[in-house]
Amino acid sequence: MADQNCLIANDWICGEYLRTRGQELSDATLQHVGITLGSVAIGLLVAFPLALLARRWRAVAGPVLGLTTILYTVPSLAMFSLLVPVFGLSVAVVVTGLVLYSLTILVRNILAGLASVPEEAREAARGMGYGPVRLLFGVELPLALPALMAGLRIATVSTVSLTTVGAIIGYGGLGNLIYEGMHSYFKAQVLTASVLCVALAVVADVVLLLVQRLLTPWTRTKRRAKSAALRPAAEVAA
Amino acid sequence: MGVIDRTWTWLTTGAHWSGTDGVWHRLGEHLFLTAVCLLISCAIALPIAVVLGHLGKGGALAVNISNAGRAVPTFAVLVLLLLSPLGSHGSWPTVIALVLFAIPPLLTNAYVGMREVDRDMVEAARGMGMTGRQVMARVELPLAFPLIVTGVRSAAVQVVATTTLAALPGGGGLGRIITAGFRLTDTAQVVAGALLVAVLALLVEGVFILVQRLLDPLRRPGAA
Repeated sequence: MADQNCLIANDWICGEYLRTRGQELSDATLQHVGITLGSVAIGLLVAFPLALLARRWRAVAGPVLGLTTILYTVPSLAMFSLLVPVFGLSVAVVVTGLVLYSLTILVRNILAGLASVPEEAREAARGMGYGPVRLLFGVELPLALPALMAGLRIATVSTVSLTTVGAIIGYGGLGNLIYEGMHSYFKAQVLTASVLCVALAVVADVVLLLVQRLLTPWTRTKRRAKSAALRPAAEVAA
Repeated sequence: MGVIDRTWTWLTTGAHWSGTDGVWHRLGEHLFLTAVCLLISCAIALPIAVVLGHLGKGGALAVNISNAGRAVPTFAVLVLLLLSPLGSHGSWPTVIALVLFAIPPLLTNAYVGMREVDRDMVEAARGMGMTGRQVMARVELPLAFPLIVTGVRSAAVQVVATTTLAALPGGGGLGRIITAGFRLTDTAQVVAGALLVAVLALLVEGVFILVQRLLDPLRRPGAA
């Protein structure tokens, strides 16, 4: 009985809401995860060749970095609105907007990762008879992984958060529930959807961190040495 | 082609620019909110970041706040504040949300800027007999200036974007033109509003890049 009252009293936290709207919540969460995964995956597929092009030709690097920075400056509501005439009121608007945002971070980080590959490693691989493709995927890409994964984590967390704005055209995952709750002053719905959204971002970040650890086991010993090296400097400053 | 023509017609119709729902009024609201919130957040974040950076403390705090700022959806915070008791106090929910989201880039950039100052320079300044405060004001701050302004720049762009979103829960600013367009299913108005917002964001970014070039203390003739 007390649980039912919380819906009527419009409490922020309401067990009855979770019980009766479980389906709605899980549908919204699934849509949110789907939009995020799709956007980040497409973003990665577009960013990788762009970064390779920018590295190969200096003339391409300037325009690519400039254009992605300009796109990143455009506020999300404007970005989605500008894409509406192109795709109509469809999920493609949100996914395209999110892909464009993720490009800025991903291209930069992939470029930084590839630039951090020691020239000796490249020379050694070439000396062992590695061709350009095998050099890229066998040597450079693994060594660029820490920077790439750092970018992927930032892009993913931002994408989870920006997906909510897609609610303006009805494809915002949990944002839809926030948008609906805003109009009906439904506190429990807004708070639950917001908390779930932050939880999604945190889970995505932790999962990617674990993937990064698994993919780059060699960085762990290095990191320990690095943090030990940093500590005395911090103590001197203090 | 139709949409482009209709958007152009919308933008060139004088009636859309005047009145309380007009572009000029909405632009004024947008700029006013942006400026006030940017000033408040600078006043809060920069002194804290500069002092923490000078003392070399609180690095984890600066990084975590920046991560949290990314993970928490702006839209969710705007709506949560609107539904909170603060929601009945005019534009306060918007102002608070704007300030909250402007603080992370300010704090992180200023902190990193202070920390990245060459330690040898700081040692040299100390060796010359400068006090902690003099080191901070005469050595660390000028050297950290470019990154501090970068932080202000990202904060400004962030505030412009968040102000746009504040139109969803009924705040002022150019975002209102977009939301009204959606309500009227007037695509031309939606696109026109979006263009205005995008141009404003790019202009703000551009102005700060210019300011950064002009004001950098290390580029001033005679200082080098």
